[in-house]
Amino acid sequence: MSIDLKTVKHISKLARISIDDEKANKLKGDLNNIFEFIEKLNELNTDNVQALTSIAETTLRFRKDEIKSENIREKILKNSPEENKDFFVVPKVVE
Amino acid sequence: MSEITSQSLFELTSNIKEKKLSSEEITKAFINRAEKSKKLNVYVTDNFEKAIDQSKKFDSNPNLDFKLPGIPIAVKDLFCTNGVRTTAGSKILNNFVPTYESTVTQNLWSQGAILLGKLNCDEFAMGSSNETSFFGNVQNPVGENLVPGGSSGGSSAAVAANLTPVTIGTDTGGSIRQPASFTGTVGLKPTYGSCSRYGIVAFASSLDQAGPMTKNVRDCSMLLEVISSFDQKDSTSIDYKRNYYSKELSKDIKGKKIGIPKEYRVDNMPDEIEQLWKNGIAYAKDCGAEIIDISLPHTNYALPTYYIVAPAEASSNLARYDGVKYGFRSPGQNLIEMYEKTRSEGFGDEVKRRIMIGTYVLSSGYYDAYYLKAQKVRQLIKKDFDDAFSKVDAILTPSTPSSAFKIGEKTNDPVSMYLNDIFTVPINLAGLPGISIPAGKDKNNYPLGLQVIGKPFDEQNILNISYALEDKINFKNDISDWWLSEYK
Repeated sequence: MSIDLKTVKHISKLARISIDDEKANKLKGDLNNIFEFIEKLNELNTDNVQALTSIAETTLRFRKDEIKSENIREKILKNSPEENKDFFVVPKVVE
Repeated sequence: MSEITSQSLFELTSNIKEKKLSSEEITKAFINRAEKSKKLNVYVTDNFEKAIDQSKKFDSNPNLDFKLPGIPIAVKDLFCTNGVRTTAGSKILNNFVPTYESTVTQNLWSQGAILLGKLNCDEFAMGSSNETSFFGNVQNPVGENLVPGGSSGGSSAAVAANLTPVTIGTDTGGSIRQPASFTGTVGLKPTYGSCSRYGIVAFASSLDQAGPMTKNVRDCSMLLEVISSFDQKDSTSIDYKRNYYSKELSKDIKGKKIGIPKEYRVDNMPDEIEQLWKNGIAYAKDCGAEIIDISLPHTNYALPTYYIVAPAEASSNLARYDGVKYGFRSPGQNLIEMYEKTRSEGFGDEVKRRIMIGTYVLSSGYYDAYYLKAQKVRQLIKKDFDDAFSKVDAILTPSTPSSAFKIGEKTNDPVSMYLNDIFTVPINLAGLPGISIPAGKDKNNYPLGLQVIGKPFDEQNILNISYALEDKINFKNDISDWWLSEYK
């Protein structure tokens, strides 16, 4: 199986990463090499194997839903790429 | 007394406790050496000024009961540090200042350690040579224009070059053990669930673990003792009784059964690695260990499995980098265009490649063929180890299939870069502890490492075996300080 240019562009759309044609072609080559290497898994019959979903054999814990952190709103907003005092700013989404 | 920066953690803590050295003297010695070592490019962000203030504060009222009393430590730039920039080696986090502290680094500071700075690494810990970092490659102190390994390349170089007494790295597929092997240092990846992942920039959540990187095995046991803890903030953290690793450290490994897996004898493996392994086996026998041949039949499937599981988890973890709440943003005409441009310009090529692989294997119609298949093979790989550990106490292998390579040598061939992790990746897939110790040198005089793999939560045993082997191997790094610039 090989990955064509159309598929590369489709994945880049899903991944929200814009790529130009030159990059897409380069990626096509890289991905095909990597998947050729990955296809080795098809040698194995895994029909009766249970998928391993968690390596740590524990059940997830419950905890009380408590507020523990201090008010750090200002510090958090300071990291935002575009500051507007109390909000995160994004391009207009509602016409 | 030997030069401050070449002392081990054990020596430095003893000297502080016996009041032969102050925290300020030690901190300044490491900072002074770092100022002359810029050529290695180990630091992304330094914390030197604050570190000196903190060392003075420590000295004014020293608490000598701490396990790391006034010891300055630089850490991999993947650990969030409250108020100190944390980049994960990426442009997309170039200006990110965390408002919280990772549990593992908090454990260091709670035992008296002082943050020296943040060490370079591959972008989002994706790489085996530190060449994918937005902040440039790191030089291996072992030789000019050699990679220090990755992804914890700044960390391994900093320990080998005496720029920090010890450090912590993270290991998803070998990112502690491979750079340790390339620089002649010791690196341990603990059992999955031992060290909290809270506050570590996530790569592949089912594989990531933090661990110590040090000059020797004793220091490694001391540091593991501090960073390994149960943490409510990490849902996969495991509540079990941790050892006093440094107190229980022992060279007595008589009667221990050590397995030698035949599948780790890979094609085209250099003779010197084969010889290194044989020497390790002979030393283990000298120490009274029993050597047992074992088989891990699915070893060859570990790397392909890893290159499905890790990118899948990464593509999901990295979905959060959208340029909205923090990090780099590239403006767009609308929200979607902003996301696409931000991620396209903010991530480097290797990270984008892995996000693409991950997105593909999780996409509709391909999930069963790739992701589910990989999870099933992961089960088989884990079962190989379960079977082996019913016969042996530990497993001995080479750490890497080669010594450090030249900068630029493998950057154009992702698959050949991935093959570096052939001996380390299976251990992450099975969630086991593994340690790499320096064990010899190749014909170019570059270090080579041996890996000891243990049962889950059996860190004490692999530390003890390594401690015994270290004594027999008697490795000397002989680094020439070629990178040092003149004293000011």
